[in-house]
Amino acid sequence: MLFSKADAPHFVTSTSIQSLMLKVVYALIPGSIAMFWFFGWGVLFNLVIAISVSLLSEAAMLRLRRRPIAPALSDGSALVTACLLALALPPLAPWWLTTTASLFAIVVAKHLYGGLGFNPFNPAMVGYVVVMISFPREMTFWTLPMGVAEGWPGFMDTVSLVFGGGAANAPTIDAVTMATPIDTLKTQVNLEFDTAYVRAHTVYGELFGTVSGVGWEWINGLYLLGGIWLIRQRVIDMRLPLTFLISLVLISNFFAVLDYSSYSSALFHSFSGGTMLAAFFIITDPVSASTTPKGRIIYAAGIALITYIIRTWGGYPDGIAFAVLLMNMTVPLLDHYTRPRTYGATDARE
Amino acid sequence: MKTPNGSNILKSEDDVWRFHGGIKLPGHKAMSTQRPISRMQPSQRYSIPLNQHKGAEGEIIVCVGERVRKGQMLAKPHGLISAAIHAPVSGQVVEIAAHRFPHPSALPGTCIVIENDFQNEWIKRAAVADDYINMSSHDLRAVVRDAGIVGLGGASFPTAVKQTEVGVNTLILNGVECEPYISCDDMLMREHADEIIKGAQITAHIIKAKHCIVAIEDNKPEAIAAVTRAVQQSGSDNIVVQTVPTIYPSGGERQLIKIITGKEVPVNGLPSDIDVLCHNVATCYAIYKAVYEAEPLISRIVTVTGRGVNAPQNLEVSIGTPINECIEHCGGYKKEAKALIMGGPMMGLTLDTDQLPIIKSSNCLLISAGVDITLPSSEYHMPCIRCGNCVDVCPANLLPQQLYWFAASNQYDRAVEYNLFDCIECGCCAYVCPSKIPLVQYYRHAKSDIWEQERERKKADIARERHERRLERLEKQKQERDARLKKKREALAKNRVQRDTEMDKKKALIAEALARVNEKKSKHSIKARNTENLTPEQQRKIKEADARREQMKQQGK
Repeated sequence: MLFSKADAPHFVTSTSIQSLMLKVVYALIPGSIAMFWFFGWGVLFNLVIAISVSLLSEAAMLRLRRRPIAPALSDGSALVTACLLALALPPLAPWWLTTTASLFAIVVAKHLYGGLGFNPFNPAMVGYVVVMISFPREMTFWTLPMGVAEGWPGFMDTVSLVFGGGAANAPTIDAVTMATPIDTLKTQVNLEFDTAYVRAHTVYGELFGTVSGVGWEWINGLYLLGGIWLIRQRVIDMRLPLTFLISLVLISNFFAVLDYSSYSSALFHSFSGGTMLAAFFIITDPVSASTTPKGRIIYAAGIALITYIIRTWGGYPDGIAFAVLLMNMTVPLLDHYTRPRTYGATDARE
Repeated sequence: MKTPNGSNILKSEDDVWRFHGGIKLPGHKAMSTQRPISRMQPSQRYSIPLNQHKGAEGEIIVCVGERVRKGQMLAKPHGLISAAIHAPVSGQVVEIAAHRFPHPSALPGTCIVIENDFQNEWIKRAAVADDYINMSSHDLRAVVRDAGIVGLGGASFPTAVKQTEVGVNTLILNGVECEPYISCDDMLMREHADEIIKGAQITAHIIKAKHCIVAIEDNKPEAIAAVTRAVQQSGSDNIVVQTVPTIYPSGGERQLIKIITGKEVPVNGLPSDIDVLCHNVATCYAIYKAVYEAEPLISRIVTVTGRGVNAPQNLEVSIGTPINECIEHCGGYKKEAKALIMGGPMMGLTLDTDQLPIIKSSNCLLISAGVDITLPSSEYHMPCIRCGNCVDVCPANLLPQQLYWFAASNQYDRAVEYNLFDCIECGCCAYVCPSKIPLVQYYRHAKSDIWEQERERKKADIARERHERRLERLEKQKQERDARLKKKREALAKNRVQRDTEMDKKKALIAEALARVNEKKSKHSIKARNTENLTPEQQRKIKEADARREQMKQQGK
């Protein structure tokens, strides 16, 4: 009898990139639903636009690069990038903003560097930062969350705001949008108001909810749940989110204890802005993160530190995207200097 | 578990250490442990390859046509790291030629083919038996060496070479058998625990070990019970049975040593560097047979299992038996049989045909039906996403994803820097890889490329050195020749001067003499006068006179 030959090992796990990526998307669902609940149709539009543009540009790039399209398109990586980008952008972002960000993420940050596995920078964060720097005004179009406003713009209103082209000039836009709590707090504290004053303010005060902002505390909480599920499913390395959150808590707590009137609490930092999205879904992108166990701890701690600095003293509403990209740059160095000690070796560099 | 007399023979897992990484795998062992070990019917022909072990091939000491008896040595060890091979049956050597045998290279190697005469006639045997206690380590090692015993756990390293007696305190018996499907050691421990313990005692005597630990994975309760009972009956107080957690690859020598002792074998070192010797239980059984029954290693237990075979079970098989006969003995292939693997699913070797002999390292024949074991396709794999799952499972604590990167891009110096050669090729990384990258294949390829480069480099070094030597030699010869020539030339020049002066003298003398002669000649010369301006008549007369004179001269003579 004759048989085929192959190299050992002769069996492998059923886990595939596709199954990992799909689990990431599943874990995003609860947080996205909360986001939709609080911010309205715009969230859905963002998702639809980002996903369509990402998948189309992914297919186009694969074709241009003469790579097999089906396996790469179905691996789910472009889908995850699109979802993360869509959930990071403000809900009333005009369609061209979402499109630009998605194109930049997939075409430049991912495929020009060699596609999945070869991109040194997190594609979603590259897309985000490009539009953040280029269109800072549009990036503040956050709808008033449900609970502060009596209701978010209706479906047709949203359509006209997103696709109307003149959204920025529409008189309605200022009536329905406002900066995020984290941005508001920074602006006001920089104007020499203290945190307690801002939280009690008649206009902004409403935004802050019980912990960190109406809506935001729910969204972050649900991302946290999704993240815990991802850890239990062994999709993400728990070192990354744990180190990131612990570092952020330690740093923010240090300053808050030092001066409570100018610095917000650790709890506020943990549950506002993109903290939980970043902790479990963004910094856990394995391709652009450090790949050694020790390197990942330094990487995540570095992102937490830079995030806190930009959030507190920087000029942008949230610092996560910049922090991630800055730490992406350190990855080759981290990987090189944090090699584990091989079995039987006396030190790591032997 | 405490023994009746209170001594603690069986140790629980609380006492063990952990090695980095490893994976939990489905065992599939019960499939082949339902029946007792079965003995194969003798075959017609046995093909025994020379190259069944690490090290040099043995030196053939029989010739074609010779009649051999069972247990007779066919090839003796050649060099330090080598092993003998023996006739598994009595019969005739019908051929010594290159045939294929189970080997990663799939290349043919020299095999001695024996036609069975079914007489089962043994060579004269004189067993050492209990007398071993009075023998020196050196003599006992010779017994082990002459019995052709090699490590039966898979590595096939000649056993006697490992049995150094330089300060080794601990003997570890490896009964872990961590690869799925394989159960030959399990069944051997269940059925021959006493013999294994005797083999361990012999080994402990050879290496002067102070204590011995039998390590068995906790998924083999029957084997643990049998070995514990055997230890009790042996009355030995320095042997303990240690259960270890079922994690692949805890049966790897280095991993097991870490589990038992908490110490790591140094990079580029040997277990003896940390006072440990590790033997497989089947190796100890072979040592027992050599010492107590004077039987060399001519058979072994082979697990025939998998969903592609009708009656999975363990067989005692003579070395050299054709694989197809083993499978027939187990009820033959099922129609869904897809692949034949020698060894386990993690490190085994796929065979393209069953017309190959069983060799000393054939611990398992795994016949896959394509359901449980799917040979990964080598065409397209996804790119590495650096997820790091491989880092978490690597028992050598390497960075498999980085090694893959360097191996795939031919950056071999970086791969070596990242300790490629500490990879034990256990396959854990490839098992967990979500991109289904055949990582081990990349590492093997890189390693063999590096070895090849090393060989080439050595060859080139030797060639260059030889060339340089030649140039040097030529230069030296040239210098010597030049020197010689110079000397000669100088000598010649000197001679010439001498000769010239002598010549001049001689010439002067000659000239003088000539001058004297000429002078004399001119003084005493008598010339015939009036010979010019003669008439023809006169000339004729002169001629006639001359002729006459000549004639007279001639007559006068």
